[in-house]
Amino acid sequence: MGLLSFLNRDHTIAEPGYSRWMVPPAALCVHLCIGQAYALSVFNLPMTKLIGITQSAPEDWALTDLGWIFSIAIFFLGASAAVFGRWVEEGGPRRAMFTAGLCWSAGFLVSALGVYAHQLWLIYLGYGVLGGCGLGLGYISPVSTLIKWFPDRPGMATGMAIMGFGGGAFIASPLSVWLMAKFSTPTHVGVAETFVVLGVVYLAFMWVGAAIVRVPAPGWKPEGYTPPLVEQKLITNKDIYVYDAIKTPQFWLIWWVLCLNVTAGIGVLGQASAMSQEMFPGRISPVAAAGFVGLLSLFNMLGRFFWASTSDIIGRKNTYFCFFAIGTVLYILVPWAGSIGSVALFVLCFVVIMSMYGGGFATVPAYLRDMFGTRYVGAIHGWLITAWSMAGIFGPVLVNYIRQYQIDHGVAKAQAYNTTMHIMAGLLVIGFFCNFMIKAVHARYHMSDHEVEDAAAEVAAVSKPAGA
Amino acid sequence: MATANQQSTMKLKLILAWGFVGIPLAWGVIQTLANAMRLFQ
Repeated sequence: MGLLSFLNRDHTIAEPGYSRWMVPPAALCVHLCIGQAYALSVFNLPMTKLIGITQSAPEDWALTDLGWIFSIAIFFLGASAAVFGRWVEEGGPRRAMFTAGLCWSAGFLVSALGVYAHQLWLIYLGYGVLGGCGLGLGYISPVSTLIKWFPDRPGMATGMAIMGFGGGAFIASPLSVWLMAKFSTPTHVGVAETFVVLGVVYLAFMWVGAAIVRVPAPGWKPEGYTPPLVEQKLITNKDIYVYDAIKTPQFWLIWWVLCLNVTAGIGVLGQASAMSQEMFPGRISPVAAAGFVGLLSLFNMLGRFFWASTSDIIGRKNTYFCFFAIGTVLYILVPWAGSIGSVALFVLCFVVIMSMYGGGFATVPAYLRDMFGTRYVGAIHGWLITAWSMAGIFGPVLVNYIRQYQIDHGVAKAQAYNTTMHIMAGLLVIGFFCNFMIKAVHARYHMSDHEVEDAAAEVAAVSKPAGA
Repeated sequence: MATANQQSTMKLKLILAWGFVGIPLAWGVIQTLANAMRLFQ
C-alpha cells in the first residue's frame, strides 16, 4: 500500500520552497515520451519485412493493415481521455502519470510480443488499445496542474508541455532507427527488441515525471500575482462541473474549432512529402521532401509554445481568429505558389500553417480554463480530445480521397492538391465562424459555493490514502 | 520562508530536471534540423 499512497494527491502537495518551474519538466517527461506516436511510421516499412527481411514476403503484413495501429491508438487516446478525465482530475497528476507510464510501456511490450509471434492483433491490442490509453491519460494528466501553478500564464505553461508532445517524435525517430540498426541481423529485423527497449526507457522517463510533479497547496498563488477582481468578458473565475460543461454550446463550439483546425493540418502533415514532390516535380527530391517534413514537425513543435504564449497576451479567441484568418489565406496561396513554381513561398505557407496546427492544440486548454474555470479543466479537456480523434480519421481520408478523385478524373498530379487546399481553406472559414460565436458561459452553469465545497470534500475523500 | 540551503537544493533540482528533458529534446531538434537542411541543398 506504500507505493499506492505515494501516488495519492495528498502526497503530491508541494512543500514550502518548491519551485513551480519543476512542473513543466515533469510534464515534459510524459509528453516527450507519448509524442513518440508521431514517429510510429518509422516502423512501418521494417514491419512489412519481418519474414522476408530484405523485401516483403507474401506472409508479411501489408502497409494498409499496419496503418490501423495508429488509427486505433488515436481512437483510444480520445476515448480514454474522455472516460478517465474526471478520474485524472480527482486523483491528481501523479497517479495519472504513473498509470499512463504503465499503459504506454505495456503497449510497447505487448507489441514486441506481437512482432515476435507475428500476430498483428497483439500489436493492435498493445500499441493501439493499451498505448492509446497511455496516450490519452498522459496527454491530459499534467494540464490542469500546470494551469493551477501558472494562473498568470496558463497558455505558456500548457504550451510548454504540449510542445513536448510535438518534440517527442524528434527523439523517437532517430532513436528507433538507431536501435533497429543495432538489433538487426542479416536474418532478423530488430523491431521487437527496439519495442522492448523503448517500453523500458519510456516507463523510467514517465515515472521520473510522476515522482517530481506536485500540486500547489490550497490557496497558493504566485508571488506578486493578484487574481483579477473584476471578471473579464471571456475569462470566468467560476467553476463549471465537467458534465455541465459538455452540455454548453461553448464546449461544442470549441470542439469544432479544434476539430476543424486539426483536420486542416493533420491531412497535410501526413501527405507533405508526396505533395511537395508532386507539386514541384524534379525540383523537390525525396531527400529534400524528407527535410521538408522535418521542418514542418519543427514548426509544429515551436508553434505550440509560441502561439500558446501569445494567447496569454492577445486572448484565446483572438489567437484562434489568427489561426483561421491567416490559415485561410495561406491555403489559398499554396496552389498559386505551385502555379508560379515558387518553392520558397510553398514552404513558407506550410511552416506557418503547421505552427498554427500545433498552436491550436496548445492553446485549447487555456481556452477551456477561461470558459469553464480551473477545477475540472483536465476532465473537460479530456472530452475535447475526441475532436482530435475525429480529425485524425477524417483529415487524412479527406486529403487522400480528393487527391485520388482528381487524378482519376484526369487532373495532373501537380494540380491534384488545388481542390484540397481550397476545401481546407473552407473548413477554416467555418472554424472562424464557430470561434466568432463563442460567448461567455451562462451563469446558470456555474457551480454554487455549496457545490464547490461538496466537490472539494469528494476529492479529499478520493485522495485519502487507504486506511488513513 | 525557504532557507538559503533549501533554495540552493531547489536550484540544483531545477537544473537536473530541465537537463533531463532538455538534453534529449535538444539532441532530437539538432537531428531534425540537420535533416531539414537537405531541403535547401
